[in-house]
Amino acid sequence: MKGLLPELEVIRKDFPILERRLAGDVPLVYLDSANTSQKPQIVIDTMVDHLERHNANIARAMHQLGAESTEAFEAARDKVAAFIGAPDRDEVIFTKNASEALNLVASTVPLREGDRVVITEMEHHSNIVPWQLATQRSGAELRWFGVTDEGLLDTSHVEELITERTKVVSVTWVSNMLGTINPIAALAKRAHAVGALLVVDASQAAPQLPIDLASMPADERPDLLAFTGHKVVGPTGIGVLWGSREVLDSLPPFLGGGEMIATVSMERSTYAPIPHKFEAGTPPIVEAVGLGAAVEYLGHIGLDAIHAHEQAVTGYALDGLRSVKGLTVLGPLDPALRGGAISFELEGVHPHDIAQVLDSRGIAVRAGHHCAKPAHARFGVQASTRMSSYLYTTPAEIDALVEGLEYTRSYFKLD
Amino acid sequence: MTATPDLDALYQEIILDHYKHPHGKGLRDEFEAEVHHVNPTCGDEITLRVHLEDGVVEDISYDSLGCSISQASASVLYDLLKGKSVDEAMAIHASFQELMQGKGQLEPDEDVLEDGIAFAGVAKFPARVKCALLSWMAWKDATAQSLEGNDD
Repeated sequence: MKGLLPELEVIRKDFPILERRLAGDVPLVYLDSANTSQKPQIVIDTMVDHLERHNANIARAMHQLGAESTEAFEAARDKVAAFIGAPDRDEVIFTKNASEALNLVASTVPLREGDRVVITEMEHHSNIVPWQLATQRSGAELRWFGVTDEGLLDTSHVEELITERTKVVSVTWVSNMLGTINPIAALAKRAHAVGALLVVDASQAAPQLPIDLASMPADERPDLLAFTGHKVVGPTGIGVLWGSREVLDSLPPFLGGGEMIATVSMERSTYAPIPHKFEAGTPPIVEAVGLGAAVEYLGHIGLDAIHAHEQAVTGYALDGLRSVKGLTVLGPLDPALRGGAISFELEGVHPHDIAQVLDSRGIAVRAGHHCAKPAHARFGVQASTRMSSYLYTTPAEIDALVEGLEYTRSYFKLD
Repeated sequence: MTATPDLDALYQEIILDHYKHPHGKGLRDEFEAEVHHVNPTCGDEITLRVHLEDGVVEDISYDSLGCSISQASASVLYDLLKGKSVDEAMAIHASFQELMQGKGQLEPDEDVLEDGIAFAGVAKFPARVKCALLSWMAWKDATAQSLEGNDD
């Protein structure tokens, strides 16, 4: 199959969990990578090595281990900066996850009555709820782009939505439910034309699309971008907020505490420069170090190659899924327009029941609303089943899914 | 290929029958209390009405969306509790809840739970226990509200 990673079998060996056998001695078929990705040995080993040999708090311990730990933590920041092509490594802020990164932005961007924030109907709840809170608190207005029947962003009213009053446009780069890839450059241009910030949730984009912020024309570049570590083969507990220095410098601190200050008296404090201004308290050190190893691993394979692999597997999966009677894919059907998460409905069987039957065959998928209830409501469905592939997914695993769905139909006695 | 034993333990024929042909489904006009419960992790939801008269559960009517387990459970709830005194119904409720939370270790009492014993296998699937209990928790809530209303 064209586009597959040439060393797929070698890559699979990097991920020990893919050897797992489940109840009934069936092999694991892991198709839930949009939920969380599996971890290569190098990430596991790097984290263990750090804990075994270099563990100390960072930036404040005056001893050799402290220096090693600080160096490892800051080296991870360099690796993340390289991964997204950040123009300046100090623009990379470590957070707990993408939700915290988005909350940081929604909590610190100045908003007041009369201002407008624009999001989309296909957002993950983590890019909806923080903006509901921010607009409720400030009296600003919350508006959103709709989604077309094909699952694409409906930009037909862009000029009525993104107006002079708009202060923030916050959109997902790749939808976690529909898979849709959104036109970030065009949205950035429009946002910048009216003086608004473009915030991008890259949680699903960072794992599979090459991102090179520095090479983007300034007017097409997002101002802030968030993603999480555990979807890019890194550990949980670590996320990233990238923001341009100009914007990050202009925002007030989010959390107060250790590490984020320049000086503190009982009356007032001054703040450290970025990135530390937004990293109050002891950060998730070993998680950051693990994330550094993760993005370096992905960088070695190459995001262009990973993206091509995802597109090939996604195209194969779309064909396979649509061969199942009564199955409807939610979202674009052209693999070029979408990422590797495919949500679908199977007439006559609830997503929970599908996931349960698939699980009995070792196939892991997600069932439910995938933290995107409004996007489900848009398509008049309460829940869906979602398969999501990654760099280690094989066409044979897609075949297993399709067979599993045929079996599900027979188990529930559909004709 | 045959299913693993566990899968068949979960999806008893009785459950699939109730799922395909639910008993008592639909909202009816006579009721004292109506509740709407959701399972936030998966989005299953139920609107349930209770009609009590002289200490007897005269009707339970409901509208629901969800998986086979949650739908079948609502249907069995209707069969088991309709026509019982509130005290009897509460005792059956307690028995069903105990079965569901028993991690698959409890022997269900068929005299009390009738078709409800088919859910014994569900208790072995922690992720599905909430599906089975959704309608039962809604009924308890609505019944409590209905009883409070009577006190006024």
